[in-house]
Amino acid sequence: MDEGFFLLREDGVGVVKTVLASAENLQLSFKFEPGVEEVALTNSNGSKKEAPGIGNEDLKEMLESNKESLKLEAMKRIVGLIAKGKNASELFPAVVKNVASKNIELKKLVYVYLVRYAEEQQDLALLSISTFQRALKDPNQLIRASALRVLSSIRVPIIVPIMMLAIKEAATDLSPYVRKTAAHAIQKLYSLDPEQKEHLIEVIDKLLKDKSTLVAGSVVMAFEEVCPDRIDLIHKNYRKLCNLLVDVEEWGQVVIITMLTRYARTQFLSPWREDALFDENSEKAFYDSDVEKEKADSKPYMMDPDHRLLLRNTKPLLQSRNTAVVMAVAQLYWHLAPKQEVSIVTKSLVRLLRSHREVQYIVLQNIATMSIQRKGMFEPFLKSFYVRSTDATHIKTLKLEILTNLATEANISTILREFQTYVKSQDKQFAATTIQAIGRCATNISEITDTCLNGLVLLLSNRDETVVAECVVVIKKLLQTQPSQHSDIIKHMAKLLDNITVPMARASILWLIGEYCERVPKIAPDVLRKVAKSFTSEEDIVKLQTLNLAAKLYLTNSKQTKLLTQYILNLGKYDQNYDIRDRTRFLRQLIVPNEKSGALSKYAKRILLASKPAPVLESAFKDRDRFQLGTLSHTLNAKASGYLELSDWPTVAPDQSVRNVEVMEPVKEWAPSLGKPKATKSDDKFYSDSGEEEEQEEEASESGSSGSSSSSSEEESSSGSGDESGSEGGESSSSDSEGTDKSSSQSESGKKKKPRKKPSKADVKDSDSDDAKEKKRPKPKLDSVSSHSKASSSSDNTASSGSESEEDTDSDSEPEQKKKKKLSSKPQVQEKPKKEVSLLDLDDFEPMPASAPKVPILSPSLLSDLQGLSLSSASSAIEVSSPVFVPPKSHELLHRMSGKGLAVSYHFPRQPCAYSHRMVSVQLTLTNGRDQPLEDICVGEAGPPGIAIHRFATIERLQPEASITVSMGIDFNDSTQAANFQLCTKTDQFSVSIQPAVGELLMPVTMTEQDFLKEQGQLTGMNESSVTITIAPDSMSSQPVGRKVVSVANMGVVPSSQNSIHRFAAKTVSSGSLVLSSVVLQEASTAKLVVNTEKTVLGSVLLRELKTALSQG
Amino acid sequence: MIHSLFLVNSSGDIFLEKHWKSVVSRSVCDYFFEAQERASEPENVPPVIPTPHHYLISVLRHRIYFVAVIQSEVPPLFVIEFLHRVVDTFQDYFGVCTEAAIKDNVVVVYELLEEMLDNGFPLATESNILKELIKPPTILRTVVNTITGSTNVGEQLPTGQLSVVPWRRTGVKYTNNEAYFDVVEEIDAIIDKSGSTITAEIQGVIDACVKLSGMPDLTLSFMNPRLLDDVSFHPCVRFKRWEAERILSFIPPDGNFRLLSYHVSSQNLVAIPVYVKHNITFREGSSQGRFELTLGPKQTMGKAVESVLVSSQLPRGVLNVNLNPSQGTYTFDPVTKLLSWDVGKINPQKLPSLKGSMSLQAGASKPDENPTINIQFKIQQMAISGLKVNRLDMYGEKYKPFKGIKYMTKAGKFQVRT
Repeated sequence: MDEGFFLLREDGVGVVKTVLASAENLQLSFKFEPGVEEVALTNSNGSKKEAPGIGNEDLKEMLESNKESLKLEAMKRIVGLIAKGKNASELFPAVVKNVASKNIELKKLVYVYLVRYAEEQQDLALLSISTFQRALKDPNQLIRASALRVLSSIRVPIIVPIMMLAIKEAATDLSPYVRKTAAHAIQKLYSLDPEQKEHLIEVIDKLLKDKSTLVAGSVVMAFEEVCPDRIDLIHKNYRKLCNLLVDVEEWGQVVIITMLTRYARTQFLSPWREDALFDENSEKAFYDSDVEKEKADSKPYMMDPDHRLLLRNTKPLLQSRNTAVVMAVAQLYWHLAPKQEVSIVTKSLVRLLRSHREVQYIVLQNIATMSIQRKGMFEPFLKSFYVRSTDATHIKTLKLEILTNLATEANISTILREFQTYVKSQDKQFAATTIQAIGRCATNISEITDTCLNGLVLLLSNRDETVVAECVVVIKKLLQTQPSQHSDIIKHMAKLLDNITVPMARASILWLIGEYCERVPKIAPDVLRKVAKSFTSEEDIVKLQTLNLAAKLYLTNSKQTKLLTQYILNLGKYDQNYDIRDRTRFLRQLIVPNEKSGALSKYAKRILLASKPAPVLESAFKDRDRFQLGTLSHTLNAKASGYLELSDWPTVAPDQSVRNVEVMEPVKEWAPSLGKPKATKSDDKFYSDSGEEEEQEEEASESGSSGSSSSSSEEESSSGSGDESGSEGGESSSSDSEGTDKSSSQSESGKKKKPRKKPSKADVKDSDSDDAKEKKRPKPKLDSVSSHSKASSSSDNTASSGSESEEDTDSDSEPEQKKKKKLSSKPQVQEKPKKEVSLLDLDDFEPMPASAPKVPILSPSLLSDLQGLSLSSASSAIEVSSPVFVPPKSHELLHRMSGKGLAVSYHFPRQPCAYSHRMVSVQLTLTNGRDQPLEDICVGEAGPPGIAIHRFATIERLQPEASITVSMGIDFNDSTQAANFQLCTKTDQFSVSIQPAVGELLMPVTMTEQDFLKEQGQLTGMNESSVTITIAPDSMSSQPVGRKVVSVANMGVVPSSQNSIHRFAAKTVSSGSLVLSSVVLQEASTAKLVVNTEKTVLGSVLLRELKTALSQG
Repeated sequence: MIHSLFLVNSSGDIFLEKHWKSVVSRSVCDYFFEAQERASEPENVPPVIPTPHHYLISVLRHRIYFVAVIQSEVPPLFVIEFLHRVVDTFQDYFGVCTEAAIKDNVVVVYELLEEMLDNGFPLATESNILKELIKPPTILRTVVNTITGSTNVGEQLPTGQLSVVPWRRTGVKYTNNEAYFDVVEEIDAIIDKSGSTITAEIQGVIDACVKLSGMPDLTLSFMNPRLLDDVSFHPCVRFKRWEAERILSFIPPDGNFRLLSYHVSSQNLVAIPVYVKHNITFREGSSQGRFELTLGPKQTMGKAVESVLVSSQLPRGVLNVNLNPSQGTYTFDPVTKLLSWDVGKINPQKLPSLKGSMSLQAGASKPDENPTINIQFKIQQMAISGLKVNRLDMYGEKYKPFKGIKYMTKAGKFQVRT
């Protein structure tokens, strides 16, 4: 091997040098390290510049020695060479040998070298491949990832198949970090060999489905690079990406937001229509009118919930510290949000102006484009764009541009005052730009044109020539727009001609005088006389205008100027510049009548003195909006390579259902061909059945207590789920969209009737719920289930076959429920069909009619998607199970004294919340301790916006000494943060807060022991917290341990094969992250308590609580 | 995304290059040099320069241009933000970010760049993760390394990259657990000739230095959170909690970091802590000009105004100045015409002043504009907006940390037009 490398050397001196160097090394190795370095340094200093060959020789020696430190030193110097851009490729053989080194730093430096030079030394680079292939199989994920990273960075076409294989393998790796690396490798492979595109798209598709936030950004990047046109790959992942967005690392966020902007422009209808309804509140209105308007021809604009989801989920990112993220969100809002909402990005953009100069530059450019179309957005921040003397010139110019764009009649006086300061600036270029800006303001706002003109005329006496010249040019333009009686200004300018030397300004004056020569009949010929004298020494542009002036004067005042004109034309005839000669010839033919040019010269006056359209002074950013904001193309105002156009909004809404995610694969797989006709059929039944009933009930509920608000919220929730069901049907059967629409509207109305049956049942449940709970937890639920299933099966007699009801379930928006049902208790299996019918009407579990005065923050259809996500992220064997019964612990919410007689307590019933699967259900018991009835008890302002609260319906009247139990849903977001809200009665308001115990934020799940161990294996490291505790002696048997754990936390018991180990599993309600806990009993009353969850904080709190519970007697 | 990176010093030499994809010849920088020549000041080089085949996006910091070469459409801010992050990292590692420091640590620089970008896409930019991967060089470590032959590269694998809190490294241990927060506010203002405020706003940041063991969960609450009009957070801050309760709740990164930057709503009137009396005149025809400047404190709530530094770019016609400061020292650079006066602390009893004459170019006409005066100052123990931290609590760990909060007000871009 070594010999081979020696042979590779080309320089003849090599051998001698090697001997010398090795002798030196021998000597050195007896010395101590610092000496080595010294020699190395002197060597490098001496040799590198003059004779690189010799220096490299020396490095080669060092690399081939067997001392790690020498090798390392050599590699460091080689990296130094690379950094300087020097060629070190001849060392390749010597370096590549060290690729398998044990020393991490050495290895890393070798990687750096390898990646840099592999392209040039392809054959030798192959020697290293096997090392990486081996490392790809390493049990450590980080080593696997780094191997893939380097392997894919080696740009050697021969290894493309190896890379492809490695990428495919890594894309299915268990570690998200490796999968992320795979996503990066996709782009590298694509740039190396675009032929692989199809295969790579497959991998991208697979990785897009990934649930990990680590992967999301990278794979979208790969998508953008490889197949940005394959929008269809995004559909199914759209909602997931929206929901993951906040947790993705910042660079990934930028890429995803940009991609989603393009996506949304192709998939949603324009929210910019005249009749569109905009603000968040009107979402409710839109749901309200949903059903009726659907059929109407001119339906108002309704924002697709997915569109809203995107806007909502990107909004918090405006608070990012990363300016690129903020800009990305701003452009997303600009391109996608209804006009009214765009202005929320203003503040954040203005904040970015405090950042580095380069950031300011880009942001100001974008603001400039925005401010043309939407003055209102930035007008309140006018002062933030005031120029400081320390700003860089391009920043100043941009600020000026924005100030000009923002000028209105109201603020023009302040702006002009500010401009006056700028005109005096020492930076004359900037002063000149200011004058242009003044000109633009003057044309845009007619009220101030005169003021501006006067101001500019004053500036004509400025000492600086560039300023004056610019003034002249601007005045010329202004006068042209207002050719009224400004002859005195023209006279003034004629006087200036003696002093001004800037050609552009002189030309402008001449043009002005020529154009308005009839207004200044006395001066004009005199001016001509003056310029005729200096004609030969003028610039070309001035000469041309002189010719023009002469011609115009000749036509209007030939008596005085005939000779002058002829003189000038003669001069022009022999000018050096052919343009001027041309012009002279042309003018002479035109104005001096002779035989040849008879026809034209008649019209000479009309040709030369035609009234000219006034120039429009407009912003340089006028048409920048053809580019997507925030892009490189926008900055350059030219299409950059690889720029992807934003498409226009579609005129017809594309199918929304494409974004629906199959929630439960097993159910889906099942006989899709059967499903379609039957589903429609049963829906039909629903519809026809409920037709009249619906109307009646509409009235009933109208007259009923909660009135329109309750019905609206019902409709809202049902429309959400209906939506879902319709589209699911469409999906499974790939039916046409019409059918989908129909079925969805049908199922909506079908569902609508259900909630109205609730009150009676719910009351029953309520009244017995308290004592029922004492007895056995699951019972009340079963009760309502069975009672209800009867009701619904009667209303739906035709839906007798199991498959049909299954289909119904499928369309349900609460898949968790479904799963739970399937697995919870075996005795129920026989009555499966019935039960599932009832499941459809999940709302019926609610003790009170589903009525919220306000729209919940997340609409149900979205929730169901979320749920689908979180569910499928867990392995299929993990199912939500019913909670183990524990006596409920009641907590006080409002004391009788502070509540002026109203006492409220709450407890966690540990049932899945019916309003939303992300919510924890809470039951409030309200007692009236006063002697008068309390009226209109409701939930008022709900505190933290991060916490979603599903309110209970307003309690009309609570008699003295009576008590009522209502239930609420609260999405605590997996934190133990308290939910604050106000309880309002007719007369009072009480602020209360519910602080959940951590154990209540969980939902029990069942899983096998194997699954448990597998999941636990993945949640190690940071995600694991453990403690050894002393257990009260009576808990050493299995029962008490289980009971204690379950009393603290709503967890499911996992069957265990060993007696001394108890395992419990749950997932968090809000995000569905797994929470695993195990108690290993050891000798002497000690036990090891372990909690594994990605929610580290939650985990540690839970650990503490479990610890206290277990160590107590 | 980012193809290559070139580091260019102020004299126009490329002293470091790094390529993440195929090598781009350094001749691409010629376009940059062209732009550099055209610009009158170093700051005026446009940040984005198109060339026939590439685009150059550059940032200028510490008089070094970081020039990134890109080949296709990418949000320019993405690149700019990343480059600034690179500079911040270098500064964090080497204390300063100068050409010499980069050259001395070229291997560490290369290792860092290698970790920060993969194929041009940012990979690890959190300083906590990077520090796990590559140990910052210290004098002690350099000595130890040369003796023992050990390396800067971290032996353990960067698990932080995989965790749910990627900004915090794992297994942090300190004997003294302490958390310090600096509330620093900067006043940006433009004061006009007559002393009235044209625009003034307050921008603040909270910089933290947290050295706590384990995995602490902190909450920081304010007495008057409503003051904060617009905020941006370090990724560790739980946004929802802030939205809901106006409380900062976070698991902090280890070491120094910027927790929060904020903007105080512009509706609030900003107290301007200093005033300037000035009289700068040039007389037509004469070659002399008068220069008088007096500073005084106002609205400082009894706190001393310190580290005052006045600077002004005098008109080109000024040849030299002959001034007499009542305290501190002044310098005038006849080439750049930059006058700067290091005042120090303002004593309210004896206001600092700078008086004297300027000599102008003979025969030159009088300058149109009087110079703008830039002022820098510091006021300790006060946040000018009145922002107050209410309390800091720690959860998740047993020990009792030492907590400290410091307030400071500084001048940001504080200009007085004369």
